[in-house]
Amino acid sequence: MMSTLTLAKALNSGLRSAMAANERIVVMGEDVGRLGGVFRVTDGLQDAFGADRVIDTPLAESAIIGTAIGLAMRGFRPVCEIQFDGFVYPAFDQIVSQLAKMRYRSGGRVALPVTVRIPFGGGIGAVEHHSESPEAYFCHTAGLRVVSCSNPADANTMIRQAVASDDPVIFFEPKRRYWDKAEIDPDAPLDAAPPLHASRTVRAGADATLVAYGPMVRTCLDAADAMAEEGRSLEVIDLRSLSPLDLDPVLASVRRTGRCVVVHEAPSNVSVSAEIAARVSEDAFYSLEAPVLRVTGFDTPYPPSRLEEHYLPDVDRILDAVDRSLAF
Amino acid sequence: MRVPGPARPVGAAPAITPVRPAPPSAPAAPSAPGAPSAPAAPSAPGAPSAPALGEPERDHSPVRLAQLLTPDGRRHDDVHSQFVEDVTDADLTGLLRDMMIVRRFDAEATALQRQGELGLWASLLGQEAAQVGSARALADTDMVFPSYREHGVAWCRGLDPVDILALFRGVNHGGWDPTEHHFQLYSIVVGSQALHATGYAMGAAIGRGAAGPGAPGAPAAPGEATIVYFGDGASSEGDVNEAFGWASVFGAPLVFFCQNNQWAISEPAERQSRVPLFERARGFGFPSVRVDGNDVLATMAVTRWALAEARAGRGPVLVEALTYRMGAHTTADDPTRYRDPGELEAWRLRDPVNRLAAYLTVRRAVNAERLAVFAAEADAVAADTRRRCLALPDPPPERIFDGVLAGETDLLRGQRAMLRRLLGGPDAPVPTAAGVPAAPSVPAAVRRAI
Repeated sequence: MMSTLTLAKALNSGLRSAMAANERIVVMGEDVGRLGGVFRVTDGLQDAFGADRVIDTPLAESAIIGTAIGLAMRGFRPVCEIQFDGFVYPAFDQIVSQLAKMRYRSGGRVALPVTVRIPFGGGIGAVEHHSESPEAYFCHTAGLRVVSCSNPADANTMIRQAVASDDPVIFFEPKRRYWDKAEIDPDAPLDAAPPLHASRTVRAGADATLVAYGPMVRTCLDAADAMAEEGRSLEVIDLRSLSPLDLDPVLASVRRTGRCVVVHEAPSNVSVSAEIAARVSEDAFYSLEAPVLRVTGFDTPYPPSRLEEHYLPDVDRILDAVDRSLAF
Repeated sequence: MRVPGPARPVGAAPAITPVRPAPPSAPAAPSAPGAPSAPAAPSAPGAPSAPALGEPERDHSPVRLAQLLTPDGRRHDDVHSQFVEDVTDADLTGLLRDMMIVRRFDAEATALQRQGELGLWASLLGQEAAQVGSARALADTDMVFPSYREHGVAWCRGLDPVDILALFRGVNHGGWDPTEHHFQLYSIVVGSQALHATGYAMGAAIGRGAAGPGAPGAPAAPGEATIVYFGDGASSEGDVNEAFGWASVFGAPLVFFCQNNQWAISEPAERQSRVPLFERARGFGFPSVRVDGNDVLATMAVTRWALAEARAGRGPVLVEALTYRMGAHTTADDPTRYRDPGELEAWRLRDPVNRLAAYLTVRRAVNAERLAVFAAEADAVAADTRRRCLALPDPPPERIFDGVLAGETDLLRGQRAMLRRLLGGPDAPVPTAAGVPAAPSVPAAVRRAI
């Protein structure tokens, strides 16, 4: 049944239906139970499924992941919440050396179906360590699947697909889009949804290709609207999956438009956009009319929130890059 | 085996519900050195009370040690004797055999490394009693989370010693099935496994009443417990301390088994802690005991007690086994750079194998002939292990790509095909990163693809 849900509610609904269908799924993290999570993504789940399946944990991120690994070893499917992007680093060893590598180390014997939800990105006026975009660290690590949803419909299906995955999934939630609303069917069958790792063209266009994920997809759509007023059409691709990358739609698009601009909030140096630029250059070299350009956060620590509007890519920065691309 | 556990000041931890803090008048399980658990404080109202075994000891010093066999092999009894009342001379003789075999196997592995057949070896020399005594206290259904020196535990769990050597030979990262012998993979990042063990043990609590028996995520076997091994060095890691806190508040049925072998590579135990390690448990609200880790009988006794606590749903226990790393940290280490040779000589007098052999010899449970039989058995294990180690084939190059994720990504498929081609395998188109075939005759394409 169609209903109008925020992205946060769409996640909640997806988690709820997954937990109802599979009693091995446990949700764990700081404040996820009684409070329902600081963004209310797990609101009501503890009432529905009990304190043994929606576990308020001590404040220790390494332990959230480390114990989830142990739970997964005995057959559970933990869904961990890291409360904010900037709090994930204490768990870095457990994610990168333990969670990611166990299948490989065990010769494929040990699967760790652990989903790590991380609200990420800026734009909400938060204090420091609450607005970061750490996705590249995890994309660089073999053994992890890394995805990010950009809208309520994807949030609902992708979280269900992530929980169903037999591999660890790092699930980046665009925190400034938590309150975006859309009419979706939260009970839509998963087999009708695009696969978890498929990228998707969300707006067709002819003059240049914008590639984005998570919070920047809407910004790119806004940029495309603005460009349309100038008589130019931009194609917008929502990557959805950051590792593995599904570049086929990107390459097909670039072969038509000849121009590619990649947009994300994370800094540019050794980033997802760097990988995409390299791959597009390698695989669509003869189609390119201009170098692949990037619109990203600056290579600084995330600034104080009074400055974040200057730090974060916005419509103007994106259009500036499109203009530069078109001028080649 | 079930053994009666000493009382705790708080009631049994129900499933995953955090344990309520003990009232101030009843400090949570202060560990009395020399007693497995010492809270003589009044039990929580309604909680069943059992007689305390020892006097509560608030004074930390002098630290006493659980010990049932003196270094020269004489037996004496203390409060822990009750946990090994059923252990016969024949049982002890079996432990002696275990210890002789793992010591001999360990020497063979060191030799293999010296001969270039292993990349590295982490010797257990000196820690045989701590490992065999604790491992032989386990039930088959208990899960073991080892660090990387637990070859003696692995032996007792029934692992093929060659599986251990394969890791150090560089053939794999751990070739055994953790569920087969309830023995997880070695953990090289010290302390990380303490959290895995905690989660696993939490799952035993959550699992009660969950999925059907036998299924993954199934209820714990009745009285199931988990044990995690780590060292004095790892005790400083955040993960171990987080594990202490989590296991405590969730009442996880877990035994923390710390082999304090006095050295973390070159750093003495005093560099890790200003208080005896076992006393840390007190601050986390669970009991602990310090045992002579070179006394196999005492080690078995305290581990049985600790396991019984876990099985009874009373939450975690910390065992600190005082032992000594008689060899180097690994074959890449040179302890003469940081260790007084006199120290090693002092510890030789407390040798775990000689101690048990002396005790059993006096009791006429073993004699020279019997010891010679064990030595021959140990030689045979070593020879067989060596032979099969040398016969281990190198894995095929494409093994690099196996088991990264449940399915193979396009990226890895392309890289696998490239490696196959570079190795002169079956004709395959030269892949690019996107899997688009390029003309195989163009060297530049090959270079680019690399």
